[in-house]
Amino acid sequence: MNLTLKIWRQKDATSKGAIVDYQVKGIEGDMSFLEMLDVLNEQLITKGEEPVVFDHDCREGICGACSLQINGEPHGPDRLVTTCQLHMRKFNDGDTIYIEPFRAKAFPVVKDLMIDRSAFDRIQHAGGYISVNTSGNTIDANAIPVNKDDADESFEAATCIGCGACVAACKNASAMLFTSAKVSQFALLPQGQVEATDRVLAMVNQMDEEGFGNCTNTGACEIECPKGISLENIARMNREYLSASLKG
Amino acid sequence: MGGLIKSSIARKVAMALSGLFLVFFLLQHFTINFTSIFSEDTFNELSHFMGTNPLVQFVLQPVLIFGVVFHFVMGFILEIKNRNARAVKYAKYNGGANASWMSRNMIYSGLVVLAFLGLHFYDFWVPEMVHKYVDFAPEDPTRYYTELLHRFESPVRTGVYILSFVFLALHLWHGFASSFQSVGFNNKYSVGATKFAKAFSIVIPLGFIIVAIALHFTH
Amino acid sequence: MSILDSKIPEGPLADKWTKHKNTINLVNPANKRNIDVIVVGTGLAGGSAAATLAELGYNVKTFCYQDSPRRAHSIAAQGGINAAKNYQGDGDSNYRLFYDTVKGGDYRSREANVYRLAEVSGNIIDQCVAQGVPFAREYGGLLDNRSFGGVLVSRTFYAKGQTGQQLLLGAYSAMNRQINRGKIQAFNRHEMLDLVKIDGKARGIIARDLVTGEIERHSAHAVVLATGGYGNVFFLSTNAMGSNVMAAWRAHRRGAFFANPCYTQIHPTCIPVSGDHQSKLTLMSESLRNDGRIWVPKRVEDAEAIRAGKLKPTQLSEEERDYYLERRYPAFGNLVPRDVASRAAKERCDAGFGVNKTGEAVYLDFAAAIQRYGKEKALTSGMHNPTADQIRELGEKVIEDKYGNLFQMYEKIVDENPYKTPMMIYPAVHYTMGGLWVDYNLQTTVPGCYAAGEANFSDHGANRLGASALMQGLADGYFVLPYTIGDYLSHDIRTGKIPTDTPEFDQAEKDVKDRIEKLMSGSGEHSVDYYHKKLGKIMWNKCGMSRNEKGLKEAIGEIAALREDFWKNVKVPGEANSMNPELEKAGRVADFLELGELFAKDALDRNESCGGHFREESVEQDGEQKGEALRDDKNFKYVSAWEYKGEPKDAKLHKEDLVFENIELKTRSYK
Repeated sequence: MNLTLKIWRQKDATSKGAIVDYQVKGIEGDMSFLEMLDVLNEQLITKGEEPVVFDHDCREGICGACSLQINGEPHGPDRLVTTCQLHMRKFNDGDTIYIEPFRAKAFPVVKDLMIDRSAFDRIQHAGGYISVNTSGNTIDANAIPVNKDDADESFEAATCIGCGACVAACKNASAMLFTSAKVSQFALLPQGQVEATDRVLAMVNQMDEEGFGNCTNTGACEIECPKGISLENIARMNREYLSASLKG
Repeated sequence: MGGLIKSSIARKVAMALSGLFLVFFLLQHFTINFTSIFSEDTFNELSHFMGTNPLVQFVLQPVLIFGVVFHFVMGFILEIKNRNARAVKYAKYNGGANASWMSRNMIYSGLVVLAFLGLHFYDFWVPEMVHKYVDFAPEDPTRYYTELLHRFESPVRTGVYILSFVFLALHLWHGFASSFQSVGFNNKYSVGATKFAKAFSIVIPLGFIIVAIALHFTH
Repeated sequence: MSILDSKIPEGPLADKWTKHKNTINLVNPANKRNIDVIVVGTGLAGGSAAATLAELGYNVKTFCYQDSPRRAHSIAAQGGINAAKNYQGDGDSNYRLFYDTVKGGDYRSREANVYRLAEVSGNIIDQCVAQGVPFAREYGGLLDNRSFGGVLVSRTFYAKGQTGQQLLLGAYSAMNRQINRGKIQAFNRHEMLDLVKIDGKARGIIARDLVTGEIERHSAHAVVLATGGYGNVFFLSTNAMGSNVMAAWRAHRRGAFFANPCYTQIHPTCIPVSGDHQSKLTLMSESLRNDGRIWVPKRVEDAEAIRAGKLKPTQLSEEERDYYLERRYPAFGNLVPRDVASRAAKERCDAGFGVNKTGEAVYLDFAAAIQRYGKEKALTSGMHNPTADQIRELGEKVIEDKYGNLFQMYEKIVDENPYKTPMMIYPAVHYTMGGLWVDYNLQTTVPGCYAAGEANFSDHGANRLGASALMQGLADGYFVLPYTIGDYLSHDIRTGKIPTDTPEFDQAEKDVKDRIEKLMSGSGEHSVDYYHKKLGKIMWNKCGMSRNEKGLKEAIGEIAALREDFWKNVKVPGEANSMNPELEKAGRVADFLELGELFAKDALDRNESCGGHFREESVEQDGEQKGEALRDDKNFKYVSAWEYKGEPKDAKLHKEDLVFENIELKTRSYK
């Protein structure tokens, strides 16, 4: 198939960017979206132009690096996939595709479609861990039985890949789904209880400081999340936060 | 006001709680209004009570006004903050793909409801205040129903009221159920509560519309 | 006597590690504050090492090319992590894990290292659970296990199909804690371009800030390389796009010996290549082989009909199918080790039985498992006369619970429903057992330069068992390296901060800048990918699943020629002093073009078949094992450690003889 691409090009963080039009030909349905961009880039390099820069690494939907807003949706029109697992069979010959970076004030553009998501890292630094030394001198793993349903739910929350689609989809660029997934993972496990109060306060505080917007419960994040992280996590974080605030 | 409640979650909860309070008020308001279509006396009686009871007048009324003002001022603050959270807009944004129109346009449905509140104050509350505290007119426990009918004479005004209730429904459709999520109420019971909230957000504004139409044609 | 000193402690196998820990030098806590350590790579090995070193009190700087440590490719490991916990009571023990690993590695690993690995494996699970890693659990609340290829016990801990992700996030969270304490400085989007040596010791690195293009100097008292494997030398592999050999190769050029480069693991269960546009391959966890049965049609005509799209696999009856692993290896069946399963698939496809368009795919079929689980489930849920549809539905549900995310991933990529029609799989390059040579302390031949995880060669011999990579990465990072490095650093307590304004740093920086300039000044005929793909083709065809003298010799010549062409004609657009992914790729491919040649040279030297390394010249000639790989312990029971001498063809071979005192060398038989 032949496609028209409208791609955001921006030289660096301080330059102004703009949408630039490109044509690609001979795209096959079995190609992933990023392989389609590889074709474009190969074309650009041959012409002596600078290729389009975008984040990507594992290309199997788990590292969370790829982060494209495709036709107005993070990771494109397909559900439960990252951009690298979006295949071109979802598009038709002659389509025009808008490709933009995930947009949020807290995610400044580095170059073209590549963004800086270190805000997510800083939220994790603030409390996304259990303070246990890595000496191995902990109790036996089976000395802490965990209810299977809680363990499974904790796991579901922990599957977040930190791609930022939730922020990109949210009309308010809110990072509540990301933050709540981490808070929930630990809140659901007995190991996480000791620091639960401090953790939720610190992480929410950092999230606010990074300049993310507020959650207005539109639910867009849950729909667009490539891992299907549930809104229940946000409710849980709200609860955790309220009770932590009341405890002081 | 934004300074008082600093964290995003605290603001969200404050929005939810003030909203829930207003929902409760709405129910009470609707109940009284609804009596007007079948019993002039009951309506007058209830209105007289609300208009003269000191607890209602000097405690509940200020709380209500504060609740309304808080809800919309906080709404504005959040809206501005949220707009700032995305400095460069998308060239193409397909919001409809992942969220309902209602949830994405609370500010607009809210603004319509706020404008309506202005009209509503102009229609009822201001004359009421003037009547009681400026003119110190003598209290007539039977005046309420007549005044009410008078307001719904004009088809334009009635139309504006109806339109406003439609927007109120849109606002409630997202706002009411979403307040549960905001306060962290999301479990097996919240499924039922959400259904109730959705029903409420249709039934109550529809009820108001029926009252408006009924009063208009009673005239 | 070889110049290689593996520094294996004396004494009985089971006591070596404890004794060693008790006798090596320590650095006191006050002195640790004055010592800097650089950790390059933030996957399981690097992330866990950085967190632990920082926790001990050292000042740690971490480097990764990704935008966050959490994205290191350890994240993609699916199946699980082994540990000799014996929670299932099926007779597992440290010794058994040790034995299985040495045997699985075809007797080409060091006994002492492997035993230590088995010894600390249990601790890893304790540690991870304490950190909040959500492993799969049974209804009683205790940890669940599954079994994995090549072993007879259930010792694999897992978190659905995302074990690597959960373990990495655990290590990342431990790092975050230290970052928050100010003990780790994380340099993300930074790539190490050279190792700096002062007086023969590793004292720092030259790194490029990938965002600004700036070349930076970083000094430390020791440098840890945990930069993963070099599978991307094949272009197509299951590694991440950015996975590369640069750090290890730069260290090699500075004097670190490179061990066993030819030991590559080709993973049997990957999604087959769909066309020339393919940029990488996707692995399907090996755990699928627990329930999936592998087959091709018995008749070539049927295979041809399937390839032409005239026949569907579900139309073939049981009698018309060849479950070739069950046929050839009745004892292990579909659970034979990875190398055996991969070669068997290649053998069938080469013989014309492949089942996809390209003829390079075999079936992995869950129909039998769906039936089995469905019936079991119907019985336990009290259904007396379940219909075929009900059984199928129940069975599919069980399979979904176990492998749901893998099935979903498969369907997204291939556009076929694997619950209804068999999956297609084919082997792909997955892991490299070779890497920087290290001694028992994980130190390379450059003093002060350590290598951990996949970047070193130490524990897996010629073939790695499933679910052992995660185990090794975390063992190295959490429990081995932080202690052994202290022995070396104890001599540095009076050294003070290492200055970066020395001639050695000047020279290293100049070398790096010259190289970048040279890359940027290519005449510009072909893109970097063009060369990478060409290299990959040579590697796959001549150094892939089966190798022979003629092919390897050709490969050596072809790679050298390709390298020469690359340096003349590569086209790198953009500028060196800003973000430039093409430049990054160019540097990595340049190193692959050197490594590839050494790889072929090593494969040529090793004229035996062992583990993942299969030489056509070395197969059993008769008997029950006819046609199977033939190991040659008499001549090749050694580790090949290559010393850099300029061109790869001039590399000098050093041999570390492997001594087996606790295990009898046997022919690996899975029949």
